[in-house]
Amino acid sequence: MQTFLEQVNEKIDGVPLQRCYHCRKCTAGCPLAFAMEYNPNKVIRMIQMDRKKEVLNSSTIWLCASCETCITRCPNEVDIARMMDVLRQMAIESGVGAKEKNILKFHESFLSNIKMFGRINEPTMMVQYKLKSGDLFSDMGMGIDMFLKGKLSLSSPKTKDLGSVKKIFEKTKRA
Amino acid sequence: MKVAYYPGCSLHGTAKEYDQSVRAVSRALGIELKEVDDWSCCGATSAHSTNFKLSIALPARNLVAAEKDALDVMVPCAACFNRFKTAEHHLKADKQLKGEVEEIIGGKYHGGIAIRNPLDIIFKDIGLDALEGKVIKPLKGLKPVSYYGCLLLRPPEICEFDDYENPVILDKILNTLGADARLWSYKTDCCGGSLTISRTDIVTKMVSKIMTMAREAGANCVVTACPVCMANLDMRAGDNVRLPVFYFTELIALALGLQGPDTWFKLHNVDPRPLMKSLALI
Repeated sequence: MQTFLEQVNEKIDGVPLQRCYHCRKCTAGCPLAFAMEYNPNKVIRMIQMDRKKEVLNSSTIWLCASCETCITRCPNEVDIARMMDVLRQMAIESGVGAKEKNILKFHESFLSNIKMFGRINEPTMMVQYKLKSGDLFSDMGMGIDMFLKGKLSLSSPKTKDLGSVKKIFEKTKRA
Repeated sequence: MKVAYYPGCSLHGTAKEYDQSVRAVSRALGIELKEVDDWSCCGATSAHSTNFKLSIALPARNLVAAEKDALDVMVPCAACFNRFKTAEHHLKADKQLKGEVEEIIGGKYHGGIAIRNPLDIIFKDIGLDALEGKVIKPLKGLKPVSYYGCLLLRPPEICEFDDYENPVILDKILNTLGADARLWSYKTDCCGGSLTISRTDIVTKMVSKIMTMAREAGANCVVTACPVCMANLDMRAGDNVRLPVFYFTELIALALGLQGPDTWFKLHNVDPRPLMKSLALI
């Protein structure tokens, strides 16, 4: 049976995490480290120690904003941003779900909106997110203000060949 | 010059002033735009966070559509730009993936066109001298900090954009327009991106820090080339640190005396008009 480290390395399909010598440059430059449960370097250490459940169930993997500062500065070219993508996908696939539930609900609403229109229609996407998350009232004032300025329109242009976009979602769906 | 144009979803909605100013500036600088036929969303953060193959296939569909015009494609949104460049990188590096993605999108990817941001087109193809020659209203008194954010620059081997720790293209453009771009060390810091909806509390902290540092650098406004950065900087900064935020194309249009800035400025959350009036720029 594969260790957690081997599973993650296989999915990253690049520089293996063993290359990390724990200089913590990733963490020093991470703009989200202040809000994370485990910092990026600690996540690598935890993967090496086979602490799969804790990693997949952590807020860290969802709070990573993919700013790519870590991979840009890593002296060993460990792609930590890609590692975070892989961990999020493993959390979804293994049924652990997301510790930061609303972040995943936002992604789901965003993708479902693309499937509906081919392009993001911001107001309907926000309604989808609000219904999913139950966070109904935040940003209402701002939304109304933007609507009055003509920035939010329910009828923004859609992709005409919607079938081709739907096909992409269908064919990339995980088994 | 003529380029294919991929506006992306934001530019048809919350970033419509970016779309309109890119079009106006392009026209004035002799860049003809041909919108990519029937484009679709690039998938943004939500696709790559949850499904790798989807995150490559969505931009690939647009790259294939853009290739039909045999023109380099201009992508003003930094987020779309990054997803396009990432898809290009993987499609060129991984033959097996390329084959799978071509099957998924039902089209061949040739990799023959360049993916370009308008900043880079204006800097390299139009040039600062030509830009300066068209300035009729120098932006005197404007002290912007240029904010590049993440997605134009990182990772550098994919974005191939500018110095990734100290980019200067935008600073040089702003100074050419007569502004006094301030030096600061937060030009490539992250604004929090799409966490703005689901974790507003975190983004407010990140943006407030950026605004505080802009103020310490003596700036009276912030300039960006990204609709996500714009939305966050303009809407999420704490009340006591906010500053007007501009798309760089709005300022080029203003300096070139083009129609539009008045209408665009009204669309911002932090109203830039008091500042611009005090400097006699509008």
